[in-house]
Amino acid sequence: MNYLTILSALAGGAMIGLSAALLLLTHKHTAGISGIAAGILPPWRADSVWRCWFLAGLLASAPLYRLGGAGIPLDLDASPGLLAIAGLLVGYGTRLGGGCTSGHGVCGIARLSARSIVATVTFMLTAGITVFIVRHLL
Amino acid sequence: MKNTIYLFAYGLLFGLGLIVAGMSNPAKVLAFLDVAGAWDPSLALVMASALLTLGLARYLMHRNNDVADREQEPSAIVPAGVDAKLLVGAGIFGVGWGLSGFCPGPALLGLSAGVLGNYAFVAAMFAGFWLFRLLHQR
Repeated sequence: MNYLTILSALAGGAMIGLSAALLLLTHKHTAGISGIAAGILPPWRADSVWRCWFLAGLLASAPLYRLGGAGIPLDLDASPGLLAIAGLLVGYGTRLGGGCTSGHGVCGIARLSARSIVATVTFMLTAGITVFIVRHLL
Repeated sequence: MKNTIYLFAYGLLFGLGLIVAGMSNPAKVLAFLDVAGAWDPSLALVMASALLTLGLARYLMHRNNDVADREQEPSAIVPAGVDAKLLVGAGIFGVGWGLSGFCPGPALLGLSAGVLGNYAFVAAMFAGFWLFRLLHQR
């Protein structure tokens, strides 16, 4: 890690934390992306609307960033088939576990939720083990 | 209208945070999860910075009583305490995360890059959300 990597990690993290704090302050919502995204599936309710606007902002961030002239590296090593399997596991797993990296890992831990701490340790562990198996054993 | 602009701005800030932090690139996330390989610990700094920012904001909000009781768990189902669903769900999510390097936020953000595997992941993720609803919410 060089200074630039450290600085951008800290700055990016602070922006994520600030976004979650503002969403909590003005709308009393948790910035958990899996929960927000799952909530836009039909049937549509009044509750679906705020989710769509938040996600629209999230989706707009990449093209807007590119407008500034900088590229966004996106290196996907896995095949589309494997990515589909991974996506299914992420979708089902985050709903069953009640959150993802943002909902449990940031918002939950920030309010010292025991559930979120346990969930975060669990998904970090299984993710690390999965990467180890794929990269070093297979 | 003002409401909408706020929500869009929060999503935008969240997405820009992911990009600045480097979390939008699955290869970087996998390098963080690959402790036995060329480990890139910078994502731990992203999380620490996000937690510190949100934690400080929560402290200030609590002091001003801005965090109401309405605050929700990052969950569709809200069981108290740690249970099997939490552990199994988080475990499954971690496997999907480790296979791809994608968690929900970066996967949605990446859509604008137009990568086929990214589309496959997001489509399957929503199928996973739907599968959870089908199996567990009747």
